[in-house]
Order: sequence, then structure tokens, then C-alpha cells
Amino acid sequence: MPEPTIYELSSDGRTGVLFPEPDVPLAEFPRDLLREDLPFPELAEVDVIRHFTKLSTFNYSIDKGLYPLGSCTMKYNPKINELTARLPGFAGTHPLQPSVTVQGNLALMFNLQEFLKEISGFDAVTLQPAAGAQGEFTGVSIIRAYHHSRNDTKRTRIIIPDSAHGTNPATSSMNDFETVGVKSDARGNVDLDDLRSLCDETTAGLMLTNPNTLGLFDEHVLEVVKIVHEAGGLVYGDGANLNALLGIVRPGDLGFDIMHFNLHKTFSTPHGGGGPGSGPVGVTQALADFLPSPIVAIVEEGTEEEAPLYGLVKPARSIGRVKSFYGQFGMLVRAFTYIRMHGPDGLRKVSEYAVLNANYLMKEVKKSYRLPYDRTCMHEFVVEGVWPELPDIHALDVAKRLMDYDYHPPTNYFPLIVHEALMIEPTETESMQTLDQFAETLARIAEEAHTRPELLHGAPHNAPVGRLDEVKAAKDLVLCCWIPESEDKLL
Amino acid sequence: MFTPHTQIETEEMLKKIGVKSLSDLFTDIPKQFRFPKLDLPAGITEMEANAELHEYAAANESTDELISFLGAGAYHHYIPAAVDAIISRGEFATAYTPYQPEVSQGTLQAIFEFQSLIANLTGMEVSNASHYDGATATAEAGVMAYHHYRGKRLKMLLSESVHPQYRETLCTYLCGYENVETKTVSHEGQPFTTPEDMIPYIGADTALVVVQYPDFFGRVFDLSALAAKTHEQGALLAVVANPTALGILKTPGEMGADIVVGEGQPLGIPLSYGGPYLGFFATKKEFVRKIAGRLVGETVDAEGRRGYVLTLTAREQHIRREKASSNICTNQGLMALAATVYMSLVGKTGLRQVSGLCFHKAHYAAEQIKKIKGFTVETGGHPFFHEFVVKCPIPVEELNSMLLDQGIIGGYDLSIDYPMLKNHMLVAVTEMNSRQNIDDLVDALSEVQNA
Repeated sequence: MPEPTIYELSSDGRTGVLFPEPDVPLAEFPRDLLREDLPFPELAEVDVIRHFTKLSTFNYSIDKGLYPLGSCTMKYNPKINELTARLPGFAGTHPLQPSVTVQGNLALMFNLQEFLKEISGFDAVTLQPAAGAQGEFTGVSIIRAYHHSRNDTKRTRIIIPDSAHGTNPATSSMNDFETVGVKSDARGNVDLDDLRSLCDETTAGLMLTNPNTLGLFDEHVLEVVKIVHEAGGLVYGDGANLNALLGIVRPGDLGFDIMHFNLHKTFSTPHGGGGPGSGPVGVTQALADFLPSPIVAIVEEGTEEEAPLYGLVKPARSIGRVKSFYGQFGMLVRAFTYIRMHGPDGLRKVSEYAVLNANYLMKEVKKSYRLPYDRTCMHEFVVEGVWPELPDIHALDVAKRLMDYDYHPPTNYFPLIVHEALMIEPTETESMQTLDQFAETLARIAEEAHTRPELLHGAPHNAPVGRLDEVKAAKDLVLCCWIPESEDKLL
Repeated sequence: MFTPHTQIETEEMLKKIGVKSLSDLFTDIPKQFRFPKLDLPAGITEMEANAELHEYAAANESTDELISFLGAGAYHHYIPAAVDAIISRGEFATAYTPYQPEVSQGTLQAIFEFQSLIANLTGMEVSNASHYDGATATAEAGVMAYHHYRGKRLKMLLSESVHPQYRETLCTYLCGYENVETKTVSHEGQPFTTPEDMIPYIGADTALVVVQYPDFFGRVFDLSALAAKTHEQGALLAVVANPTALGILKTPGEMGADIVVGEGQPLGIPLSYGGPYLGFFATKKEFVRKIAGRLVGETVDAEGRRGYVLTLTAREQHIRREKASSNICTNQGLMALAATVYMSLVGKTGLRQVSGLCFHKAHYAAEQIKKIKGFTVETGGHPFFHEFVVKCPIPVEELNSMLLDQGIIGGYDLSIDYPMLKNHMLVAVTEMNSRQNIDDLVDALSEVQNA
């Protein structure tokens, strides 16, 4: 049964929460500046709780089961993180309080900056960017600021592999750069000859995801970095897949100049149905002065008895702010908690098990699905959800059929360089038994595709709703609901 | 802890893969850089982490213990218990962007309701699924205006009474667009810009006019005339609005705004040292294809049942790549849910009540502070909502440290952003401040002259 909207559940005169009567004399409202009506729904608390609880049951979530959404790193989110982020000493601090009153926050942020530097091999880190995409924006803005600071204004192009996330070219455009695509070779690496032919004095930089979206570590990464550097460009690392590299290799050591972290992927902060994320950025010493303002620094060294005094400082040639205040602080507390619990050995285990799980699953899945790049993978792999003898079956059908078996589908139709892609990322938090069951289910669906294709075409059969009409949604464009009697307002 | 692998299982898995050890899986990594020793503190148990994080939190002074009159873009409001009860549910918190609508109807319907509530609150026709915060939502208004005029109008006019951090963020976003000019308009050399001050600067090259409502200094102006003048010149008007104030104030939509953005933190989201917060972005239907970020639309499934999907995705980065309207993908999903639950709970009556409480208490505070020798309240005679400027006899930094000794977090030191506003403090009052709290502040301020 569909759930009515919050507006349809409204009953005139109800309220979910009451506030105290004013304890001060009433002031006079500016009459000509008041609104006539506030068309909000009216519900009791129980109505609200039941409505949203009902809605929650329509969602798939990590807490419910395996969520093998490639590239999104849907690992288990530890519950302790939720507790620490909500501590009143954190949650009740106002961002503009004098820094002497928030030394706990600043110390945590400073230490997190230090942890991220050590994990990635970069020299300086900002915690300000709100999400991976904003981290990319920050990084590419720094690339532009760096070249401009050297009066090198000819560099107008950013090179991006054809396997890249869509955010990379979009980010490049936001910074007024022209995007130039570089091909992948037969083993899924950046094609070195193509890269060489593209690199020249107009190259501002390369945006490289490594491991890439095929889940493969570029076998020539040092050569790739060298080619770009020799042309005078900078190498931007898309840290979306850093979860495969903790304690395995540091992008800074490989020669990357800039990288963003996705705390919501690598460091287990919850994805929240699409945010909040958190996208800190690390840079080399040469770029540290360009970081967004402010960053956390020690403003007065500590002594044996006294802790140091932390404060907010503006880097000398900062690109400016990318958002208000200092970052998604609550997410920083969660990521900090996660790193503290793991330590260096635990973090390495995280990446080792992520890679172990992906290779284990890949070995099974490739028995019934074509694996176009058959190499040892990192944390994820990409198969084709299509069979040459079954022209009517598509990756989408496989994805939807998985829902009937109570799994969230893998990412589909991405990366674009794989035909009918199914991008599978099990993450390290899944057990061997869970992977076995998932592999069996995928094998059964492959069999169904051949014997009972109608089961795939009509899928999902057991989800809260069937396949939805996306064309109608875009054509009719109903983006808001209203209280039922004001139907005339319906857009 | 969070990886379930036993030694025996790990070995079995390695055997099946056909390698001897875990390190054999990493031969693609350049050998000289493989397995660096990370200089990080050793891992600890949950119990120890809990204790350590309590220590960090205890090293702060917070609005949880102290009386606070600090606002300036982040506000201390009461958050009903039901809000956290809902957003703590794993079904919401541990789901991702609803790319697979059939198993994401909970998130999708909640966003659809968020869009509806924001549209109603702001008096606009459509809202998107959220932005990172008020500052980035404001910046996206600039980006949208740039694209709307296809780079043919390049001037962005910003009132100096718009939040300084929002103006700075907008400039950071737009400096990537060639030849865009941002102009900050002041008021007779002071930052107390009024809508009338903006009008002479609006011309045929103006893409966007940005004002705040109530403005950064808490003052409220009718924006209808500004909207009309802006439209006469063919430009767009963006209004940065406070959602609590919209419980009672005329909507920007009614006054002719083309875009209404703002910080959704007051709607059930904790202060949390500045994040995660919630940017909202509402506009007219004619601009819907130019909005950045996610949009949820209503549709039906194969059996005609109502359902919701992400729609107009052709604007977005994962489809359009370098031609996308923005690179945004993740938004503030869970924070938008918090605001949706908050708005549903307080409803029509509760939001008006909160709004009224803020208004009355702020006016009481202003009346009392006015009476203290050496202090003046500087509203320029304009109406204000729940924030106002106080000119103090001593530097605000000094004053605030005296207040702190008495357990009071004072107002915002305006000289940080506006050097000419020496000794000017921005005081915010919400429903969380009792009359007693306000009287305590007044007593503490009265002692300054004696000190």
C-alpha cells in the first residue's frame, strides 16, 4: 500500500509539538510584512512518527543487507560513530564561538588533518569541503590558482580518462577548463601513448581515479604521473576509491599533487540517503597556501602540562571559502572515531579485506557473467549484465531482479566504457557466507535470464512498487504536493 | 570489529582466488611504495574510543551548558525528540542516493515532501532536494543566473548585508567563470545596505541581485520594489531567507523573488560546530531545468501505483558530464529528512509559535539593552526579527570574555568581517532564551560600565 503524503495526513488543528507561552511582553509585529497563511500540514507526533517509520520500511539500507553499489562503498556504518557525533559537547557548539571555548573541536579537527595527511602522504589537508564533488571543485580551483600564480595562463585543459566519474568533467567545467578525454588501454589502464599525445603546454592537469572505476590499479601509475608533470601539469587524485589503499600505498608517495577524501566512503560515515558526505582535500607543500580558508593550526605550542592552543588560520593565497564555517563537523567526528578505533593495522586490514572480498566474489561471478577486464581487481569489479544470445535482456533487468531476492542492485551502466555494466563492490564488512549467497543469487538470475526471461523483464515483483515510469515523471513534472483542498495549486 | 573474517575463512577465500597471502593481491602497486608504515596511534576498542571522544567533547564549552546569544547564520533552537528518532533509523541513515527507486521509496517520498514544504515556506513553485548549506545554495543561485543568461549578463550585485561567508563562497564558485563581476553594494560607506541602495546599480548587464531576508543584521525590509526594479532591468532576484522567520513573515515568493535560498539548520538540525547543515533552494517553475542538484518527481509504476523517482536527471553530472549544471551529486539527504520531520511536527501552529517567540524575546532583549548606559541598539529604525546590532562601549572580544566568565556566550563580533564596525555586536535571541537569560545578559552588560 502506498503511504499518503504528509499533506494528505493533515487534520486541521493538530500539532506535533507545543512551545511555551511567551514570558516577555509582546512586541508589535510589522503588520505589512506578515504572511497571510502558512500552508503547512497539521499532525500529532504519533502521526509523524508512523508516517516516517512506514516510509523507512520502503528503503533498502546497509543495516538490512549487502549493498554492493559499485563506486559508492556501502560499508557497514559503526553505531558508536552516531553516539560520539551526538555528544552534547560537540553537537551543542556554535561555529562562531571564541576558539578558546571550542578547543576540543579544534583539537579533534587538527588531529584528523594529521591522520589524513599520514594516511595519504600529503603535506596539508583542509576539512572544509562538504562532499567529494566539492572536494573536487576545491582541488581543481587550486590547480587553476596555482598556474595563475605563476602567470601560466595558457593551461586551459584538464585531461580526464574515459572511465572517470561524471563529477570530474563537471568539476573541470565549473572551473572554466576544457575537458579532454584520454582513452583506456586493453588492460584498463590509462593509455600512455594517448596521454603523451594530449599533454602539452595547455595541460593544467590530469584527474585520475586510482584504483579506477573498473576497480583496477593503474599498472603504469608512476609513468602517468611523470608524463603529466613533465608537461607542467598537476595530477589530481579522485580519492573515491581510497578505501582500497589504506596502509597499502599513499597517493602522495606516488606523486599525486592533490586528492580529495570521501569520509562517507572510506571512513564509514553514513550515506544518509544521499548526504551529508564530507570531502577533505590533501595537497603537497607547494599547494598548501592555496587551500580554502580557514584550516586548523596550533597557534600556541603546548608544554608538558598544557595542551597546545588551537586556532583557525587563513592560508596565505587561499582560494577562499567553499562553504560556510569549517566542514561537515559531525561527519569529521565520526571519521575520527573510526580511524582511532582502527589504528594503522586496522586500516590496512580494512583495505585488504575489501580487496579480498572483491576478488573472491569476482572469481564466482565471472562464471556466469562476462568479465571484460580479467585481472586481479582492487575493491570492486565490473561485469557485463548481458549475454550475446539474449538480446532482450539488459543489465537493468538483472539489477531489478536482484531486488526480488532482497539485495540492493550493483551500480549499472557505469563506467561507460563497459557495455551494460554491473559494477560490484562488496566492501570489507561482508562475510564469506554473505558473498557466497550473493554469488549464488547472481548465478540463479543468469540462469533465469536464459530459461524464464519474463521474470527479469517484469522485475521487481516483490518491491514496495514496480518499475516506475521515469518518462512520465519528467513530462508531467509533479515536484510538490499540497494540502488536498488546494488542488488548484497543483503544478 | 567491523570485518567478520575469521582466519580460517580468510585462508579459504585466498585459496579459492588462487593466491597465497593477502599481500599477493597487491602486486600492481609499485613495490617501493607498497605497504607503508603509517605513523598513527594504535587502534582502540569501542569502549576506549567512547571515553576518548567524551574527553574531546568535554574540552568544549557549549550552548548545552551556557546561555547563548550567538547567531549570525547558525541558531540555537529546540529540536523535538522525534526528529532524531527518525533520522537515526538505519533504513534512512544507511541508505544511499535513491538511484534504484523501487527500493528507495522511503527516501524519495521524504524528499518529495521536503520539496513541498520548502516551496510552501518560501512561497515558491519548486524546490530541489537540498544543497550543502546556505552559503553553497547562495553560490548555486549565482551559477544558475550565469547559465540562465548564457554568459551574456555577467554582473552579480550583492548587498553587503548578506552573510559575509555566503558572499565569499559565491565569489569562490564564480571566479571560475570568465569575466563574471561581483559587486558588493554598501550604504553610505557602511555595510547596512537597504534594498533601495541596490536599485541604482541594477542595469542591463546585471544577472543577479542578492539580498538577505531578514538581513545579516536581523533587519526586515519589504522587497517588492526591489523585485520590480530588478525585473524591469531583466535581471533575477535571489533572496537568502531565514526559515524560522518565514513562519510569520511575508514570503519572498509573494514579494517577487526568482530564487529563494537559505540555511535550513534552524529546522531541527543541531549547531554541531557548523555542520552538517542544510542548504535549501527554491525557484519558479520556469527555471526548473536550470536548477543544480537532485529533484524528486511523482509518477506511477507499471500497475498505476503512485511512486517517486529522481527526475530531470539530464541536468546532472552523471549524465551530462562536462555540460552538467553543477558537479553536485550527494546533497544533504539526512539533514533534509531532519528538516522534513521538524516541519511536519511543528506544522502550521508550531512554526508560527517558534517564530513569534523569537520575535518577542529579541524585542524584549533589545528594549532592555537599549536602557543600559553606553550601549545602543542600531536597527536604523527598521523592523527586525530575532537578531539586532548593539554598539558597545568596549571591543566585543573583551566584552565576550567578560560574559563568558558569567556563563554567557555573547553575540557575534561584527568587527571580524566588518573592520569599520568596531565595538559592534550582533545579538541573536531564540525560543531557547528565557526572560531570565535575557535579564542575566542585561545585568552582565550593565556591569561593564562599572568594571
